[in-house]
Amino acid sequence: MTDEHQWLQARFADIRPRALAALVRRFRDLELAQDCFATACVRALDKWPEEGLPNDPLAWLITVAGNAGIDTLRRQQRIAEKSMLLDQGSELLDDGIEDQLDNQVFRDDILRLLFICCHPDLSPQDQSALALRVVAGLSVAEIASAFLVKRKTMEQRITRAKHTVAKADVAFAPPDLEQRHRRLNTVMLMLYLQFNEGWSASGGNAVIKLPLCEEAIRLARLLLELFPGISELMGLLALFLLQHSRRKARVCDGNLIPLAEQDRSQWDQMQISEASALLDKALRHRTPGTYQIQAAIAAVHSHAATDDATDWEEIEKLYRALYLLEPTPVVKLNHASAVAQVAGPQAALDMLAPLSESLDSYRWFHTAKASFLMDLSQPAKAKSAYQQALELNPTPEERRFIDEKIRACEKSLNPL
Amino acid sequence: MQYSLLIYGSEGIYERLCEEEQQQIMQGHYDLQAVLAERGEFSSAKLMSTTSAVTLQPTQAVAQPALVKDGPFAETKERLLGFYTFECDTLDDAIELANKLSSPYVRLEVRPVDWAGGVLAGL
Repeated sequence: MTDEHQWLQARFADIRPRALAALVRRFRDLELAQDCFATACVRALDKWPEEGLPNDPLAWLITVAGNAGIDTLRRQQRIAEKSMLLDQGSELLDDGIEDQLDNQVFRDDILRLLFICCHPDLSPQDQSALALRVVAGLSVAEIASAFLVKRKTMEQRITRAKHTVAKADVAFAPPDLEQRHRRLNTVMLMLYLQFNEGWSASGGNAVIKLPLCEEAIRLARLLLELFPGISELMGLLALFLLQHSRRKARVCDGNLIPLAEQDRSQWDQMQISEASALLDKALRHRTPGTYQIQAAIAAVHSHAATDDATDWEEIEKLYRALYLLEPTPVVKLNHASAVAQVAGPQAALDMLAPLSESLDSYRWFHTAKASFLMDLSQPAKAKSAYQQALELNPTPEERRFIDEKIRACEKSLNPL
Repeated sequence: MQYSLLIYGSEGIYERLCEEEQQQIMQGHYDLQAVLAERGEFSSAKLMSTTSAVTLQPTQAVAQPALVKDGPFAETKERLLGFYTFECDTLDDAIELANKLSSPYVRLEVRPVDWAGGVLAGL
């Protein structure tokens, strides 16, 4: 691909989710939809630079891809088995094509396509990998690199995932309200996990995994465009943007920098203000949800000029609200960290006691506990908590961090 | 005559371009802004993504509280991405200025301004 065609590639990538959704509806076949979209893009590369962009590039690509798909089916003599579907799809080729290609038609198709990728038999990683391949159009090599696995491995995983979803029976009729809601929640969770996977990097691979975050942002944007009134979707996109706004500040010389120590002038203010705008909109709906609250927590940090200026009371309240909606030990642990800032380490430590069983194998539990104990001047107990964390497979970076803390404990035990 | 230069395009395309091409596009804006600043007052805005927009629906009477709908005014493929307003002697001149922003990614609308307030009032 030459550089002069970059503008076309950007268009194709932008158009792809809508086109793929329409083609999958028509052919009910992910592989075929993907292949004929690729064929249509090759034809466009031939024509568009000379003849100029068609009036409606999306309609053009869908029409050409649809014809290519029929040709393939004819060649494979599968036309009979699919003929019923072709009849249904042919309405897309009518004169009124532009009117039909609006959000109303596409939104459920795109949601369905993403939902198909979220097959319950697939691991969250494989769900994301499939969505990235099919919907976002990333190459297998790009996906493999973002997930830090070999290309060959990723290729096999995606192929297996495609087989799994091909057997699934996802209704193609327009979903009812409840079904649509359920699909949206499933897809939002997939994007949330994908973003976290991309974000949970070490300093050395933070940049490599970033595409997972960027694609999650793109897909969240697309969904919000299609379903503009869903406040949790606004919250999800806001949460992504707020975290992503810190991407430059959180890595320095190959090390991850904790939030409190980041150079805030490097935070992306455009993303922060967009997230704030989304949260303002979401708030008007008065239907709080876990993504909105998490975004609100991130926003409190984003709006503090320095770490000392952080409004911990607000964060503590938000975690309390989050725990009401999502009463999990991990949320409680995070709440305890906020309580430590507001009410001191003893109050936080008291909150941890009931969690010691459920979070025993969670290393952040032990590091949080250790830091509260240190603040309470109990270095011996703190040291033993840090040692427990060391046994729970920390990354090399975390290990360095914990080792440092243990040395600090030892120093206060033996000041000489 | 005061003119507005309205920039339409698909959202998210710019972000997909390589840094070099993004810089080329930004250079167009810097050039235009430099020329406009020499001529006098102008205004410009890059709009946030339409997902951040709300639309107030028409009401039964003037100045009634409107129903607020999430999303942009129209569900179109190309959106208003941003705009400039500036003083210009002729349409040809305005088109020449607009050409500083031309690219495969945007459609540019040049439209005269009937009335302007704020910093552009009385120009």
